[in-house]
Amino acid sequence: MITIDWAAFTPWSALAGGAVIGLAAAAFVLLNGRIAGISGILGGLLRPVSGDVGWRLAFLLGIIVTPLIWLAFTSLPSIEVNAGTPALVIAGLLVGIGTRYGSGCTSGHGVCGLSRFSPRSLVATLSFMTAGFVTVFVIRHLLAI
Amino acid sequence: MKYNLSALFAGVLFGLGLLLSGMANPEKVLGFLDIAGAWDPSLALVMAGAIGVGVIAFALAGKQQRSALGAEMKLPRARHIDRRLVIGGLLFGAGWGIAGFCPGPALVALGAGEGKAFIFVAAMVAGMGLFEVIERSRQSAGGKA
Repeated sequence: MITIDWAAFTPWSALAGGAVIGLAAAAFVLLNGRIAGISGILGGLLRPVSGDVGWRLAFLLGIIVTPLIWLAFTSLPSIEVNAGTPALVIAGLLVGIGTRYGSGCTSGHGVCGLSRFSPRSLVATLSFMTAGFVTVFVIRHLLAI
Repeated sequence: MKYNLSALFAGVLFGLGLLLSGMANPEKVLGFLDIAGAWDPSLALVMAGAIGVGVIAFALAGKQQRSALGAEMKLPRARHIDRRLVIGGLLFGAGWGIAGFCPGPALVALGAGEGKAFIFVAAMVAGMGLFEVIERSRQSAGGKA
């Protein structure tokens, strides 16, 4: 039985934000001819190829400076991180290795891959979604941390 | 240079979408992954909004030989579904479920000056580095690439 947290549910900003993410992926493929996959763009810097570094840095810089641009107009939405340092380190390592091993993350497989009807991305997305649901269930309900 | 500017533009748009949608807030992400608790379905709408725009963009991109700026279209051609894809997805999903961060939102939180995002991103890059080391040693050992 699923209980929906109506107070936390933000359908309009979620849809609008999602559409902006879609526009970003659209701009990137139509201008640069590439998939806007964050883990692949970042991971590619660890295997640098001449002429293939600048656009990666530019894209990542764009994401990182976003809060500053946002702050020029209004206050930032809340960014609440409850995980402690050991959990953050383990989570970061898993996300780093997993996204490279699986050739993508939420953006590359979840947004771009599903938009292209890629069976490979569908399998990857189902894999990480399932693991995400199970992990949160184990942490919050079985271990009750 | 033009490709760096368009990449910067796409990165900014991507980050704005993440902030607007609520994806940049790990607690909200975990609220979505916690289907057994008080469930916040917002992020399903983020995916719906992003894919709704993405489907049109990738349908257009698929018909082009080159991007609007003249770049070669580099859309993934891999179609095989293998153990790497699934195991990578599962590892990534586990890490996502522990901290609520996937790569893009972690970079946004980093840009917002969130110290915990710095720890996560450092561990994530270390995980990607570890992947490179493992892959290179496998290749030099003559294993399957």
